[in-house]
Amino acid sequence: MSREHLHTLVALVENRPGVLNRIVSKVRQRGFNIESLAVGHSEEPGLSRMTFVVDASLVDTEQMVKQVEKLIDVVHIEDITNKERDMLARELLMVKVKCKAETRSELLNLVNVYRASVIDITPTSMIIEASGDTDKLDSLVELLGDFGVIETCRTGQIAMLRGPERVGPDAGHQHVLLPHLAGGRAPGGLF
Amino acid sequence: MKLNGAQIVFECMRREGVRHVFGYPGGSNLPLYDTFIQYPDIQHILVRHEQSAAHAADAYARVSEDVGVCFATSGPGATNLVTGIANAFMDSIPLVCITGSVVTTLIGRDGFQEADITGISLPVTKHNQLVLKVEDLAQALKEAFHIARTGRPGPVLIDIPRDVQQQVCEFEYPDSVHLRGYQLPPPPDPALARKAAALIAEAQKPLILAGHGVIISKAYAELKELAETCQIPVITTLLGISGFPGTHDLCMGMPGMHGMYWNNMAISETDLIIACGMRFDDRVTGRLKDFAPNAKIIHIDIDAAEIGKNVRPAVAIHADLKPALAAINAEVKPKDHPEWKAWIKAMRDEHPSIALPETDTLLPQYVVSRLYEITGGDAYVCTGVGQHQMWAAQYFWYDKPNSWVTSGGLGTMGFEIPGALGMQVAKPHDTVWTICGDGGFQMTSQELAVFVEHKLPVKFAILNNGYLGMVKQWQQMFYKDNKSAVRMHQPDFVKLAEAYGMKALRVTDKAGVDAGIREAMAHDGPVLVEFVVDEDENCFPMVPPGASLQETVDQPPVLVRDKEVTGTR
Repeated sequence: MSREHLHTLVALVENRPGVLNRIVSKVRQRGFNIESLAVGHSEEPGLSRMTFVVDASLVDTEQMVKQVEKLIDVVHIEDITNKERDMLARELLMVKVKCKAETRSELLNLVNVYRASVIDITPTSMIIEASGDTDKLDSLVELLGDFGVIETCRTGQIAMLRGPERVGPDAGHQHVLLPHLAGGRAPGGLF
Repeated sequence: MKLNGAQIVFECMRREGVRHVFGYPGGSNLPLYDTFIQYPDIQHILVRHEQSAAHAADAYARVSEDVGVCFATSGPGATNLVTGIANAFMDSIPLVCITGSVVTTLIGRDGFQEADITGISLPVTKHNQLVLKVEDLAQALKEAFHIARTGRPGPVLIDIPRDVQQQVCEFEYPDSVHLRGYQLPPPPDPALARKAAALIAEAQKPLILAGHGVIISKAYAELKELAETCQIPVITTLLGISGFPGTHDLCMGMPGMHGMYWNNMAISETDLIIACGMRFDDRVTGRLKDFAPNAKIIHIDIDAAEIGKNVRPAVAIHADLKPALAAINAEVKPKDHPEWKAWIKAMRDEHPSIALPETDTLLPQYVVSRLYEITGGDAYVCTGVGQHQMWAAQYFWYDKPNSWVTSGGLGTMGFEIPGALGMQVAKPHDTVWTICGDGGFQMTSQELAVFVEHKLPVKFAILNNGYLGMVKQWQQMFYKDNKSAVRMHQPDFVKLAEAYGMKALRVTDKAGVDAGIREAMAHDGPVLVEFVVDEDENCFPMVPPGASLQETVDQPPVLVRDKEVTGTR
């Protein structure tokens, strides 16, 4: 698959029950197909960081960013593709491959070339762990195909921008003070 | 102060200014209902179906310009709210919906009357929350009211298990919310206001498209100032109606699918659209790729996601409309567009879209226009969805700000009765007319009991044509006149109303219309007037589905009716 249309979106979200459901529901409801999604804790307690990969030839990524950003639990979301700073993207792969005595050394050579590692070995199989960008992992899986792939498992891509700044909200968190209105009306000009 | 969960809900509501709750009790919200007696300043209105609680709270919110509140129990009570919540979501209405949930130990175990209402309501709420600890309740409610009423308003649902309503904790109402992911839009950027003003100064054929945002933001004065200073004609979308005076010289009425012919042509001709708090809905734009082909667009919206969703603006102002228009007004210079106004006037003279034809039969439009004349426009008007709704939008001139309440985005039939309920509760001393279709009326007619019970003097006008009229019209025009499932067996509406203890009368001819309306207005309680109207009448102008605004059909095409007709009315 051509990867030139793929965009990477990074979100910081409140780590609350149901937050993944909220985001995935919004993505589904608005018809944004995602190629991959990876979630984990962030550097800030209570916030998780999510990395989406979407096909921008099929998805209006600007709309997706705006729609997801509307969710109360989403603190920040940004399309980090084609920024001034380079994006570094990595993915983790585990692959279980058939292995006999006569193919073992050939497999170990491949593992070395790809800077992967073997994390389990049996007389008939091997589990290889590899990380890297998606193209690298795709090519490893392709080469392993000749030996007989039993199972593959991938995390989906995570990504960062080069340089000292993080991907996140610019300013500090907004703390909205709302005075009590005992029996009173709503504040402000809006409803 | 130590309070239980139910008392905390009421203390929060009191502090948020809630005076009325529309709702329905059941097993899972009994502690809440047990608490009403302790809070006599908060009145409960018992509806007859939870959908109506949400619709009534929705219409109440619209005319009272504050949050509407509704209660329902778990399971079916909560799922019955969903249509009403979706309606409020589509039309940006601030609601706080409080549902009782099964006790925490039963959640996820298919308990009796359990439904995952936070999951179900997720796509139709601005936010929702299941509160599992009584200590979290006050903060959740504080945030619910804040989220519902600020920014682009919308419904928020708070689901409270019955045991949480009963648990006790120390109550202190928080004085702030801390929502890292919820930022209100910034003040309008003066540089963008200057850019907008420059486009307005250049434009030869400008138009204002005024949407619901005018009303929500209360930007009436700012809109009027811009229109008058630069002499720009104002087109009001379905939900923008009553955001700009209907009888104002510059008011052009509605655009789009059943909009005025001249508006659809003007949109196709204009060189600048100033879109104020509207979202370029498909019913407004017709076929999007042919919408306003010659126009630059200035789009002002409080919701960033609306900007660029359907059209690409030349200037995008992501801000509350009222200060945004004020910022533009500070930059514009007085201007006039006599040629452009003359072009529109000529179009109007040539295609008088809503001229009433001379007929012997009782036309539904005639009823609406008499309602306008006799009330002098001094009424709050509610409608359902369909032909009657379009006629009510076309033949009544709404000068009073925010006097028009209708289900726009979701198009919910049956809104007309609970909607009128919410409006009359919010405006007890004003005249409320609700213009109903005979189909939609039967979706929520059980609520008539509530009007009698609370002596709410709403005037119901049913335009009874014996059909699901708008569906029939589409079948006639686009399905070779194959009228499928649109002819309805009707109850005797007069007897039905009388059975509820309501005054009711029937008008079957033109001559009786004025007397019927006057008799209804003279009565100090709720009244139903059934107008038996010409069943062949259809709603025009019309942009066929999928067509462009340039293809607006101004007059009914020949051979769309049972009987032979001519091409003119």
